[in-house]
Amino acid sequence: MCGIAGIIHRDSTGDVGQEMTAMLQSLKHRGPDSTGYAVYGAPEPDECVMRLKVAEREDMSKGLGIRDEVKKRLASVDERLASLGARIVDRQDATEYAFRYRIQYNGDLRQLADYVEDVAGAEILSLGHALELVKDLGDASCVAGQYGLHHFRGTHGIGHTRMATESDVDIRSAHPYWAYPYNDIAVVHNGQLTNYWAMRRGLERKGHRFVSDCDSELLAVYTAYNLEQGATLEDSLKQSIEEIDGVFTYLISTEDALGMAKDTMAAKPMVLLESDNLVALASEEVAIRSIIDREIETRDPYDEEVHVWRV
Amino acid sequence: MAGLAAKKDHLSHEMGMHTEGLLGRSQQRLFDVAEEGGSYRYPDSPDVDFNKRAEIDCATLDTRKINSRLRELVDRGVGTVVLRNPGSKHSIAVGILHRLNLHIEGSCGYFACGLLDGPNVTIKGRVGWACGENMMAGTIVIEKNAGSQFGAALRGGDLVCKGSVGARTGIDQKGGTIIVGGDTGAFSGFMMQRGRIVILGNAGKNLGDSMYDGTIYIGGEARSLGVDAVPGVMTDLDREWLTRKLRMYDMYPQQGIGNIKKIVAGKQLWNYDNLEPSEKKLVL
Repeated sequence: MCGIAGIIHRDSTGDVGQEMTAMLQSLKHRGPDSTGYAVYGAPEPDECVMRLKVAEREDMSKGLGIRDEVKKRLASVDERLASLGARIVDRQDATEYAFRYRIQYNGDLRQLADYVEDVAGAEILSLGHALELVKDLGDASCVAGQYGLHHFRGTHGIGHTRMATESDVDIRSAHPYWAYPYNDIAVVHNGQLTNYWAMRRGLERKGHRFVSDCDSELLAVYTAYNLEQGATLEDSLKQSIEEIDGVFTYLISTEDALGMAKDTMAAKPMVLLESDNLVALASEEVAIRSIIDREIETRDPYDEEVHVWRV
Repeated sequence: MAGLAAKKDHLSHEMGMHTEGLLGRSQQRLFDVAEEGGSYRYPDSPDVDFNKRAEIDCATLDTRKINSRLRELVDRGVGTVVLRNPGSKHSIAVGILHRLNLHIEGSCGYFACGLLDGPNVTIKGRVGWACGENMMAGTIVIEKNAGSQFGAALRGGDLVCKGSVGARTGIDQKGGTIIVGGDTGAFSGFMMQRGRIVILGNAGKNLGDSMYDGTIYIGGEARSLGVDAVPGVMTDLDREWLTRKLRMYDMYPQQGIGNIKKIVAGKQLWNYDNLEPSEKKLVL
């Protein structure tokens, strides 16, 4: 089933971490397996933020050796960053297996991502100036507490509560997905994509990489490909309705925008609150009401509707 | 009596419901209220007094507790209940099978007021997906918007949304009336079998797709008609019925109903008399 949510503050910042947590917690019944956030804070000039995991949570219970292995993998990541000329400003341990790097780097981010992910067990969850992508097993309160998201301030964010139906219950298969190798782009999705394998094979032939067997990842890679070809975010969203089969509603976020698309059958839910200073979307209105305690006007976007809102 | 039956048959023919038995209570309201008199009650159904009034604050209650308290009040004979702070919770006020005036002061989530048979409900806010699903009799009036599958498999009663609704409104509708003050989404009236849908605004694509029977009235434009949905001829009876029904809910358009069009089943998909492939083998 899965639940998705998004919020964007226009012309201001807000307590995006707290707001997304409240929204996702109220959607817990739609998917208890994992929770993920893509939130956008204030970028530091000349700095990138990289969210990285070097093991799955379940790996940490596979013996004492795994902790030494994690240390080795991290050292290897540090070495590779240094060899590419990236300066590590700061590294925080979000968990035993997930880390947040602030780096200064002016080179090719795709090359950096590929080199870092070549380390065994390493997977970059996000890379960009403003994007912080966090995902783990458990509900929103649990994940937000673990990764310190309660006090995160920013302009916008998207999130996902996952009910695993087609792939494993692990961080790799959790949403959001980063649109590798594009900075600051993330996707969350509710639905089933029925031409996943055909589309995936086509994109793989064009050199794009997939890290999971989850159909939702296709939307991130597909968007990355379209942007690479010069399409705008709005174009890509519209094109996806033509080219991707199945039933889906998805949200996509960039450094300064939040977009949504709904499939041709309108089979997956979405409730939209749109006001002058705030846009909030969620699979169920109860999520929007968790952050707004006054009476509100909401509506269900129709089939094939596409929207892009900018900060 | 025979005359009345013949007149009833004639009216139902004229409204495109010529296969309807018109056995449900609310379906008969327009035609022969006096015959049933609304006297039917379920066994052990509570006898309520509309002058007895109570309120439930739903802010800290989950759905199960809200519905349990509602039943407790009704068992004590309370006939008018106000639900405050419903907070878009799901499945509020489902399965009420007796008379009740219920006022919901806010918005509801999914499956609000499903499986009703008798109560009159007003909802000040909006509702999520599948409001009024399988309702058999009664009225539900929503002041704001509604989600998809509004009135799915409706069997009787009046389901009214003064705002706009999502996709698949009246899917599998088997009777009763759905009224939408604004727009409706794609596939509205999909596979409807009986009853009426009134849309005062526009409709999405495939309006009335694969409808077996029943009638759709639309004041705006449909993006497209579905398979086997065809324009019908508006009769005086249609106009009279629309006027009465829309006035009942204070929804009669300022410009009148002259622009309202009628959509009915073309019945080209009807193939009930055809043999199944396995049966053909037997015959041949």
